[in-house]
Amino acid sequence: MKRRKFDAKQMPAKIGNELDDRFKLASPVRGLLTKVFPDHWSFLLGEIALFSFIVLLLTGTFLALFFEPSMVHVVYDGSYTPLRGIGMSKAYESTLHISFDVRGGLVIRQMHHWAALLFVASILVHMGRVFFSGAFRKPREANWVIGFILFILAFFEGLMGYSIPDDGLSGTGLRIVHGITESIPLIGSWAAHALFGGEYPGEVIVTRFYILHVLLIPGIMLALIAVHVGLVFAQKHSQWPGPGRTEHNVVGYRMFPNYVSKQGGFFMLVFAVIALMGGLFQINPIWLFGPYEASVVSSGSQPDFYVMFLDGLVRLFPSWELSGFGFTLPAVFWPAVVGMGVAFTVPLLYPFIERRFTKDKAHHNLLERPRDNPTRTAVGAMVTSIWLITTITGANDIVADKFNISLNAMTWGGRIGIVVIPVITFFITRRICLGLQQHDREVLAHGIETGIMRRDANGRFYEVHQPLTSEVDEHGHPKVLEYNGWTVPKKMNRVGALLPAVKGFFKPVELPSETPRREVEGDDRSREEIEAGRR
Amino acid sequence: MSAAHHDSSAAEPVDVTDGKLTKFDIVKEGLRRDGIEILHYEPAFPVPGTKAEKRIERFIALCFTVAGLGALGFVAVFAFWPWEYEFAELGTAESWSKWYTPMLGLTLGLALAGLGIGILTWSKKLLPVEELVQERHDGGSAQEDRIITGATLSNVVDETGIKRRPLLKRALLFGAAPLGLAAIAPLGTLITPPGDDLVTTGFSPAKNHGEPVRLMLKDGTLVRPDMVSVGGQITVFPAIPGGATNEYADSPTLLIHLRQEDADKARANAYDMYKGAMWGNYIAYSKICTHIGCPASLYEQQTNRLLCPCHQSQFLITDNAKPVFGPATRHLPQLPLAVNEDGVFYAVSDFLVPIGPAFWERG
Repeated sequence: MKRRKFDAKQMPAKIGNELDDRFKLASPVRGLLTKVFPDHWSFLLGEIALFSFIVLLLTGTFLALFFEPSMVHVVYDGSYTPLRGIGMSKAYESTLHISFDVRGGLVIRQMHHWAALLFVASILVHMGRVFFSGAFRKPREANWVIGFILFILAFFEGLMGYSIPDDGLSGTGLRIVHGITESIPLIGSWAAHALFGGEYPGEVIVTRFYILHVLLIPGIMLALIAVHVGLVFAQKHSQWPGPGRTEHNVVGYRMFPNYVSKQGGFFMLVFAVIALMGGLFQINPIWLFGPYEASVVSSGSQPDFYVMFLDGLVRLFPSWELSGFGFTLPAVFWPAVVGMGVAFTVPLLYPFIERRFTKDKAHHNLLERPRDNPTRTAVGAMVTSIWLITTITGANDIVADKFNISLNAMTWGGRIGIVVIPVITFFITRRICLGLQQHDREVLAHGIETGIMRRDANGRFYEVHQPLTSEVDEHGHPKVLEYNGWTVPKKMNRVGALLPAVKGFFKPVELPSETPRREVEGDDRSREEIEAGRR
Repeated sequence: MSAAHHDSSAAEPVDVTDGKLTKFDIVKEGLRRDGIEILHYEPAFPVPGTKAEKRIERFIALCFTVAGLGALGFVAVFAFWPWEYEFAELGTAESWSKWYTPMLGLTLGLALAGLGIGILTWSKKLLPVEELVQERHDGGSAQEDRIITGATLSNVVDETGIKRRPLLKRALLFGAAPLGLAAIAPLGTLITPPGDDLVTTGFSPAKNHGEPVRLMLKDGTLVRPDMVSVGGQITVFPAIPGGATNEYADSPTLLIHLRQEDADKARANAYDMYKGAMWGNYIAYSKICTHIGCPASLYEQQTNRLLCPCHQSQFLITDNAKPVFGPATRHLPQLPLAVNEDGVFYAVSDFLVPIGPAFWERG
């Protein structure tokens, strides 16, 4: 029999047919290729978290090839001469080994740490976007909850990650973890004993945190991220209001090629930023901190930024210890355990809390501009202000030092600030939202302020407004437009008063389109007026 | 909007096997069948081969070339750049190896950024500009579907007969619940009684065959009064095996040689239990902060305050090291001092109250 000629052109079709015969793929694949995604820059914040997580998995795997999570005592004999001959744990020694004696180890270690910071930071910002735009409302409450659990897991994942090198700084952090655990009423000392496997610091905590850090928590996170992204996919992304956009459709571009190419490019960019930071910016130089010794601490002992709010709370809380009947309720229990508990549960339940107040049971696929929900925005701003105050307080010794402020003044400032500032923030934010709302309505009714002053026959001065519609009501006034939930143009250049910018750096790439600039005498004058208005 | 959708759904299905259709016609038909409508679709460059298009093409090609060169550079640096660490005082290093990590980051970053910017430019500048509308189908299933699925589910429950067989229900509960307990029971291994770990330190004579424990420096040198100058302070440890290691993380102690007037003040202020705990003008306080256990080690001579750098608790050493600022509630426990016939400091007893942060049973 004559062997059929191999036809490369037919191969893709052939493979496609063979696959479809077995898996019946044609229709689902088409659905995937043409799935429509709405577009907005703020929808990419969560992607940064996803991409950093991938970088964390990659770099973490490399580190795990060399890191030894053991507290066995060894004497250092590596390349870093200042620490030679000093006793330390195996964990610290192997971290030094990665930093100095593994080819490319330091860059991977620093990328891992920078990626971790970027991961948590992008989660926070992404969460802010979802919160302030109301994207967590029905039907997306479950995804908010999953996302927030991911944040909590990221928090502990990071905390454990910077604890396991067992350097001077991370040991100080562990001591605080121990002190906080100890403060829990009734079971505190038993819980701390169980966690550390005996008296602090014991010999197992690094090993235990390590297995949680590399297996258990990332495993749960991976599963939750899959559900998180899967739900976004299944429920279809929410979108900002705009012309043609309703609660029942998605306006945007197709997954292939537009969305996927943007995602792919963006992933490379995020990865690039992490690589550059890992190579160029030093982070956590553990060799400068020395091995952990219980008697040694330095000033400026800060945790990673996302833990600083907790440290700040602990710094601010007054020395209110309760004791009686032979028992003690340590002061640190309130800010550390109760504070953390509140910080990790109230936001988790926020969609349900808000719904209890608004009694809103409708589906929401259109996002809300922050100004259109002043109370929620004010609550968000208030929480942000609390977070900022506590986070800054978490570094108040540094602030006091750099700005030459008394340390005690910083503490008192924080104590008073955390009571007063959130309340003020709430009311100011609310007023700003209402003001912005009002201004939107004003522009829709009267048009854009052009900055052109005219004087009428009576001698009265008035500003010329550019109406947003050419339709007029029965009195000949421009019609009052209805607010539709999206941006109202408030500057003349938003409605095309400016000529398009000429592209090109040294010389124009293309000559600007021939806009008839000076055709008619009257047209010419109105153009000049508008340009005068923008100067 | 919705009117446009009605138009498309009302249209007759196109016969996609018709050979006269272009590829894009078939794509459009697919979109129509999936309830997707094209609002706007135009090629980025309707006239191919313009100067502007060529320029973008060249730029993207340049990006990818940079990416390739960056990646090759990364591999080359990784393999051939001198990487072995050589220690040198800050600013004096002349070796190439100190640029190893920055070069790796730079080349890798360049490679990734080149690829990323190239792909993004391609996506934003060369792909057709498009806007499409897709119907959402959320808001739950049809009522009928819910009824059918609900009936199916509850039928499954009925078929197991668990409702009319209460004995089985209880038996199952009895069988499964202990299994849950059994699953978590092994974790019980973690729990061990804290015993007196939290209330004793390395200065307890029990750790030294009943003999009082002497004070030593980190290197093991026994501490004598002349080792601390007036107004000075040193960190001391119990002179027992491993006394200066993390095994006795609760034992680091500050030995302070007070100035005369401060020592008088400290003696006058001393709580009853601490009367006579000083030796001469020497006083010793636990270094472990009573807040959450950092070493409270920053000693401000002028004000006689000890500051814990973690949360800024401040302790007044001329007054029993009681907290005067910050979140700490308790004074730093004092170690009763004496000097033996060899002129070496020793602890008369362990700390009189538990050192470090408070806990429930502390009382």
